[in-house]
Amino acid sequence: MGAVENILTNKLDQSQFDQWFDQRFESKMAEREAAHVPSLSIIATKGTLDWAYPPFILASTASALGWDVSIFFTFYGLELLKKNLNLEISPLGNPGMPMKMPFGPQWLREINWKVPNAVMAGVPGFEKVATRLMEQTVKNKGVATIEELRSACIEADVKLVACQMTVDLFGYSPDAFIPEIRGWIGAASFLPIAQQSDVSLFI
Amino acid sequence: MMSTNATQSLDARGMNCPLPILRTKKALTNLGTGETLAVISTDPGSVKDMQAFCKQTGNELISSSANQGEFEFLIRKS
Repeated sequence: MGAVENILTNKLDQSQFDQWFDQRFESKMAEREAAHVPSLSIIATKGTLDWAYPPFILASTASALGWDVSIFFTFYGLELLKKNLNLEISPLGNPGMPMKMPFGPQWLREINWKVPNAVMAGVPGFEKVATRLMEQTVKNKGVATIEELRSACIEADVKLVACQMTVDLFGYSPDAFIPEIRGWIGAASFLPIAQQSDVSLFI
Repeated sequence: MMSTNATQSLDARGMNCPLPILRTKKALTNLGTGETLAVISTDPGSVKDMQAFCKQTGNELISSSANQGEFEFLIRKS
């Protein structure tokens, strides 16, 4: 006679019941795990070309894996939602950034130009040049542009939400942003999304 | 280039992470269950990524091979 029938007839056999429960629990948990859609929530706070990559790469890849993805853009991260992306990099104060030429012979490309911060700061247009060099490197290496990755995210139904407070703070015009933004929300709206996520990242 | 008789093929050569995975995912959505997709890439990172992608999405990675800096994958849609 099965454990359940034994329970119903008050003939409870403890070890039989434990065995039944363990098996049932395991199969229910496996069922739950199989039905679970993993989720990722990202807080994107940086508005430079280099820092635009991590949120969009992770979000587009997660969506390709079938995950449910949300990105909350706040502070400088809002730059990533502009219709016209005009992102730049600043090597200034970023000693980890290699400075390499994307053109010329291989020996020249391999040189890591150690430019002192004081020089970077003093040369007008240094950041424009660094930005052009990075854009060229991205192209040479077959890395996607931010526009491509953002489109991939939108296509894959990644939920892009923006911080209302930042817009007010920086005096942005709502017309400057892409229409695919799902909502203008605050921390109180995003935190519950993050709470339900399996992975939550601050970038 | 492709030695297989896949239902569809995808040329991801010259693309870098995460583009090969994104394009693979897109190509798979156009396939029916049991149909196959052949992918060729040059990104060395795509070897591990393709394994992880297939494992996570439940599609079957039938084969994965390297040949002179090019990587070929055959995936069956589940």
